[in-house]
Amino acid sequence: MSDLWRRTWAILWKDLLIELRTKQALNAMVFFAGLVLLLFSFAIGPNPDLLRELAGGLLWVAIVFTGTVSLGRSFQSEELAGGLQLMRLYPGERRAIFLGKLLANLVLLLAVEAVLFPVAGVLFQINMWPNAWGLAGIAVLGSFGFSTVGTFYAALTVHLRARELMLPLLVFPALIPLLLAAVNATGGLILGDAMGQVSGWLRLLVAYDVILFVVCVWIFPIVLEE
Amino acid sequence: MSGAVRGRALGWVAFAALLVGSAVALFVVPADAAQGEVQRILYIHVPSAWVAMLSFFVVFLMSALYLVQRRLRWDLIAASAVEIGVLFTGLTLALGMLWGKPTWGVWWIWDPRLTTTAILFVIYVGYLLVRSVSEDPDQRARWSAVIGIVAFVQVPVVYLSVFWWRSIHQPPSSPRSMASEFFLVLMLNFAAFTLFYVYLMMRRYRLAKMELELELQEPSRE
Repeated sequence: MSDLWRRTWAILWKDLLIELRTKQALNAMVFFAGLVLLLFSFAIGPNPDLLRELAGGLLWVAIVFTGTVSLGRSFQSEELAGGLQLMRLYPGERRAIFLGKLLANLVLLLAVEAVLFPVAGVLFQINMWPNAWGLAGIAVLGSFGFSTVGTFYAALTVHLRARELMLPLLVFPALIPLLLAAVNATGGLILGDAMGQVSGWLRLLVAYDVILFVVCVWIFPIVLEE
Repeated sequence: MSGAVRGRALGWVAFAALLVGSAVALFVVPADAAQGEVQRILYIHVPSAWVAMLSFFVVFLMSALYLVQRRLRWDLIAASAVEIGVLFTGLTLALGMLWGKPTWGVWWIWDPRLTTTAILFVIYVGYLLVRSVSEDPDQRARWSAVIGIVAFVQVPVVYLSVFWWRSIHQPPSSPRSMASEFFLVLMLNFAAFTLFYVYLMMRRYRLAKMELELELQEPSRE
């Protein structure tokens, strides 16, 4: 078990270090996410009440789009230099590759969200500070589920033709429960949870995370076979 | 040879059963008192949905079997089942809309069952798309099997989430209680559709086998 974690950590650290040195993904992702929010605001119109009501949905669609765009890179960058092949050759548990990549994607996505939520607060005139912890919790749970499913399908599609198109086609339908739960929980916190529904949505989010995580971890070695 | 004869015989039996089922549903059983003639769609709508679900369950089983035994035969059966499942899911949705427009006044409502069916449709279309862009038969089989299993796991989660989403706004449509003669006709159509499904599966699997043979013979492959 400790071996698994050591390998996971090594891959996570490698990915983060590359990102830390180049910052190529993070900058582009933050900009992209902000752009999506902006586009939505233009599409919906300048009515602040309407925007505030839709803020949860807009935020999560922006997160999902940004995450999906960056996911492909996670395995493609390995593939270019033959890194994935090397990782396959290393002895030991291949699930570590999945876990490491998942965590790297998660950290990156959370970093983007740390910028995105305040930006959304300004754009949509929402005071997020009173609910900062709650929103952070939802962000972590939602992003974990997204990274799990996303990393899994990114590994699956890396060898496909037209993989840039195939990845969202597989990921988006799989994300619908997560999106529903995250959007409704976020909206509930922002707008006030009059009906006490947030805890129910959080439970669904946790259930989704656990189920998809277990299945993806369990089946991942098959995805990586040559 | 006897296999082909048996297949053809099954085809004729399925065809006859569909004919009888449709005739009874259209002309013998009385129309619903409240909904009128349009209610007769039920007799093909519900069996279509049943065949779709059955199909996706077959996909799950065959995917798991493929991953255990790694025989392409299971992959071909799974792929055939997905195609037929998607076809019947689409049919179910279309028939539901035809019924919904005169009954509810709209083509579509965000009812949990409708929404889940639509999501199911896109999930398995994704499966077919991945198949269409992968070239190596073994790789394709492996990826398909993985998607077949994960997709099946997603279905209950999707249903639960959509149910919660919608049940906040309105109660889901509840299964109506039926008169026994209606129920009998429905069962007849269930049987007919299931026979037809088995026949379709046999034909599609045969085709899939031939496609694979052809693919393996192609000169472009090494």
